[in-house]
Amino acid sequence: MSSPFRASLIIAGAATLMVCGCKREERHSDSNPLAGSVPAGERQPTIYPGGGTPPPLDPRAARYENNAPALAEGQWLYAQMNCVGCHAHGGGGMGPALMDDKWRYGGRIDQIAMTIAEGRPNGMPAWRGRLTDDQIWKLAAYVRSLSGQPSKDAVSSRADEMSNTTPLTLTPRQGPRNADTAGR
Amino acid sequence: MKLATLAFLPALLGACSYQHYQSVFGNAGTDDHQFLTLFAIFMAVCTVMYVAVIAFLIVGILRRRRAGEANVVETGRHHRAHPLMRAGLIGWGAVVSIGLMALAITSFFTDRSMAQSAAHPRLSITVTGNQWWWDAVYNSADASQTLHTANELHIPVGVPTRIILRSNDVIHSFWLPSLAGKQDLIPGRETDISIVPKKTGIYRGQCAEYCGAQHANMAFVVNVDNYPDFINWWRQQLQPAPAPATPLAQAGFDYIAQHQCSMCHNIAGTPVGGQVGPDLTHFASRRTLAAGTLPMSVGNLHDWIADPQSVKPGTKMPKIPMEETDLRAVVAYLETLK
Amino acid sequence: MIERAWGDGNYDREADEERLAKERRTISRDGPKLTGAKLEARLARTWARPPGFLGWLATVDHKEIGRRYIVTALVFLALGGVLALLMRLQLALPESGLISAARFNELFTMHGSTMMFLFAVPVMEGVAVYIIPLMLGTRATGFPRLNSFSYYMYLFGGLLLWVAFALNIGPDIGWFAYVPLSGPEFSPGKRADIWAQMITFTEVSALAAAVVLVCTILKTRAPGMTLARMPLFAWAMLVTSVMIILAMPSIALCSSMLISDRLVGTQFYNSFEHGDALLWQHLFWFFGHPEVYIIFLPATGFVSVITETFCRRPVFAYPVVVLALISTGILAFGLWVHHMFATGLPRVGYSFYTAASMSVAIPTGLQIFCWLATMWDGRPRFQVPMLYVVGFIVTFVIGGLTGVMVAAVPLDLQLHDTYFVVAHFHYVLIGGAVFPLLGILTYWFPKITGRMMSETLGKIGFWMIFLGFQLTFFPMHWSGLLGMPRRVYTYPAGLGLELPNLLSSIGAFVVAMAVLLFVLNGLWSYFRGAPAPPNPWGASTLEWATPSPPPDYNFAHIPVVESRTPLWDTKDKLPVVTGLRVDDKELLLTTVVAAAPDLREPVPEPSLWPFIAACATGILFVASIFSPWAIVFGAIPTAIAMAAWFWPSQVKRHPEPVIG
Repeated sequence: MSSPFRASLIIAGAATLMVCGCKREERHSDSNPLAGSVPAGERQPTIYPGGGTPPPLDPRAARYENNAPALAEGQWLYAQMNCVGCHAHGGGGMGPALMDDKWRYGGRIDQIAMTIAEGRPNGMPAWRGRLTDDQIWKLAAYVRSLSGQPSKDAVSSRADEMSNTTPLTLTPRQGPRNADTAGR
Repeated sequence: MKLATLAFLPALLGACSYQHYQSVFGNAGTDDHQFLTLFAIFMAVCTVMYVAVIAFLIVGILRRRRAGEANVVETGRHHRAHPLMRAGLIGWGAVVSIGLMALAITSFFTDRSMAQSAAHPRLSITVTGNQWWWDAVYNSADASQTLHTANELHIPVGVPTRIILRSNDVIHSFWLPSLAGKQDLIPGRETDISIVPKKTGIYRGQCAEYCGAQHANMAFVVNVDNYPDFINWWRQQLQPAPAPATPLAQAGFDYIAQHQCSMCHNIAGTPVGGQVGPDLTHFASRRTLAAGTLPMSVGNLHDWIADPQSVKPGTKMPKIPMEETDLRAVVAYLETLK
Repeated sequence: MIERAWGDGNYDREADEERLAKERRTISRDGPKLTGAKLEARLARTWARPPGFLGWLATVDHKEIGRRYIVTALVFLALGGVLALLMRLQLALPESGLISAARFNELFTMHGSTMMFLFAVPVMEGVAVYIIPLMLGTRATGFPRLNSFSYYMYLFGGLLLWVAFALNIGPDIGWFAYVPLSGPEFSPGKRADIWAQMITFTEVSALAAAVVLVCTILKTRAPGMTLARMPLFAWAMLVTSVMIILAMPSIALCSSMLISDRLVGTQFYNSFEHGDALLWQHLFWFFGHPEVYIIFLPATGFVSVITETFCRRPVFAYPVVVLALISTGILAFGLWVHHMFATGLPRVGYSFYTAASMSVAIPTGLQIFCWLATMWDGRPRFQVPMLYVVGFIVTFVIGGLTGVMVAAVPLDLQLHDTYFVVAHFHYVLIGGAVFPLLGILTYWFPKITGRMMSETLGKIGFWMIFLGFQLTFFPMHWSGLLGMPRRVYTYPAGLGLELPNLLSSIGAFVVAMAVLLFVLNGLWSYFRGAPAPPNPWGASTLEWATPSPPPDYNFAHIPVVESRTPLWDTKDKLPVVTGLRVDDKELLLTTVVAAAPDLREPVPEPSLWPFIAACATGILFVASIFSPWAIVFGAIPTAIAMAAWFWPSQVKRHPEPVIG
């Protein structure tokens, strides 16, 4: 009977549609967090004078960039750690806007994570030691979603709160504009 | 590595014999008492109905049939059913209807009685559900008398207590079977439940509405004390946290204040003032940790802080990479928070 | 009759007579001149199913579609059962680490969703789609291409859910997916969207099948089969189908609103923007409560069928049973708030729902009396189907009585969301629907396959599943009372829950083996069973007037019915009508109440368009999980496929009135 043939065709089609979903939906058991913190002295360079190239993307990025549970946790942390107090819901205030394409210290996820961990001049606190590395990376992943960078099927459209931005699933993608980023 | 220290009082949960501290047979509150009475009435009526059905079934199968009752298939003639069968149908319908009406009316009166016993509360607690722990505030008109705790309640016996229920995230359900029925905690709404405890004791409750990964580990403990004990507890809980007495405890406090812990937890009377996670001011006075997941003990506390994700995977408390000495210091400090 | 058919009073009798005379010379009809083996050969040629793989996809034969539904539903039953076994393995011991919390949450979500959406309703529809035309004495269903479309939508919905689960992106929100847990903030990723879209597939499928059944039952019955002579199973399916049409839109709406919240950030369930988490519960349970009666009422039809045949007398008080079916169907829509007794709605309102929930037990109780009276008055033979009926009575009534208990608000506030409720609904669903289903599959197996199932294996299987079921689910009443909530992946030691859970887990394996035995019995009997005569059980309804299995055209002549038990009252001389065409497919439509012959309607030819339309709609639905633009772009191929499907054919003939 042709039923198994037909069934396998359908399964193959559906699988290809969804196979890219595995990374998106992976729930990492955080019993194995990132190995150690980034040592204090080491920074991600964000200026490459003389035409230098930025270092390759930290391999930890793949765990967080388009991972839906990580983005959801980052959203929760963004509210709980009061990032809203300075950055609002991406529009900025005391702190710079996070939903545009201007990134003073780099818009790549590892650069954002470094910014959060180290703090920056003029008021960005240093969160290293206040949040775990895992939490910082999740926040960095969520911050990227404010400018529409992660894949749209990994972000959640809104939180259960008062409406404050365009739903993140409809936010247009604004990749980092600065020449000194990897342009991803 | 385990600390060999004085064992803290093991939670009642570790004991072998079960004493209806989480069951409808606990009969420790007026609502549960009324439940048991109503349940007994329903069981009696329903058992009678069931026995009647089964008796009809068995007799119908086993009865001897007379030759004159040949059936349609063999003769092609339809015969009329026994004349009493129609009366039986009507009678059956009447019995079922009257029985159900009686049950419904009894249920209505019980419901009204429960509402009446909730009419005049003397103690008010606001419980807020989070994924996956319970926040509790003992309300008071005087802000300095407002008690903030988590995961464990003490209530005085015989005093009607009204618990106001809110949720910070998803729908939870507050269920203390030995004392009362359950009520959902719904974000965006305020519901409430009334408990009038009748017997002192220690009871366990659990979240009864699926709320995510660790729904199974969202429990709480309620101690029903006699009134003087309750007042003592309450006064003790209103005190700020005691200062660390030993150098090890001091080192633990310093670690807490300077690291991730202080971002989420609150210890009253100290600079540690996070509002995200459970209040720790009198943490060591509780019988369980991690919302009823583990009995309170030094070893369990050690394991929990070392890796919360292996005890309760998915919990919002992260695994913090700590040195063993720091961990021991933190545990030593937390042990002093009685 | 002619005036009624043409209506405008300007009927030109002479022209019509001329046309008819011409036709008599060119068209073949069955009748006194064409009968017996020659007739059967002509009909077989006309009604033959198209050959080949494409022909198999394009078939609109209700028997083929019904078989597909039943086989697919049984596969999903097995898959859902395996999930249950895994859950019971985890829960056999306290604080077990066998299955992680995340995986367990997926297991109970998939188990509930599979059983409710992919097994229970489709299997009832599948049995109905197969047997109703045969039982009503006709050759096809109404809207046969819609019937085919409904099967494909069901299959695609089931595949969506299970492929996702196999790829580890299955839903974990519970089978009823309460918001805000299933909302955008607390269910990251696409798991919840996949669940919600599976709902859309299965609801479209159920609606389509319901429309087919209502049309078939009301318009295609054999002449003389008035509504008062219609078999009770047909009544049950009529009421069920109307319930489906009224209830399914509610869940299609609320799941679409959920997808909308998650995909484009609408605020339907966001209480901070004047949405409401309880809106979901109301809409879901407005569907959810009728859903369980949609599952139960066909099973009552099964019980009526089996009881009548095996007690060898018609069911006692037929009008009472019919009225009980109708009133259950109506009352079922007024009960849904009893799922929400713990949500803090006004207590006075709750009392109304307590009363309504208890009152729905009255018609069911009357039906049970009627079946027991039939047994009392008849001469029961306890072959396997009748054993399942007895098992049904013993088990379902317990479930119904625990249902009466949880209908009372003070009791429900303790018992809601505990294993007591799990016990209750498994008693009514397995006792009330699965036992009759197994009985009816045994009963109609000879008709469907032409062979008898093994009586010995059937009896062993019955006792295994009956006793295994009691062992599995009776202790759950106890564990619920002892404080075990639902949807927990483990429970602490020391609460007295160890023994009931261990018993339940052991029982689950007994039930699994019984189901396996049933399937093996079916498979073995399919190949090696005793060949079945047309009417092996000596039953009274029309489907037994055909050979086993029935030919593609069902009946050589359309029968005429003069009583509720046609085969018993006419012995071997079933009256028939003649005059239907044999060179083309034709259906005899009769009037709704009195079943007087009315029209001869051409039957649609097999067509690939339902399959293509189902594929296009499926792509639309699946893609809209990922992007709202899919609704716009996916609508185009769907519209094209639907247009091709509905395109009026060059009709060479029109429905003709029946003359004489």
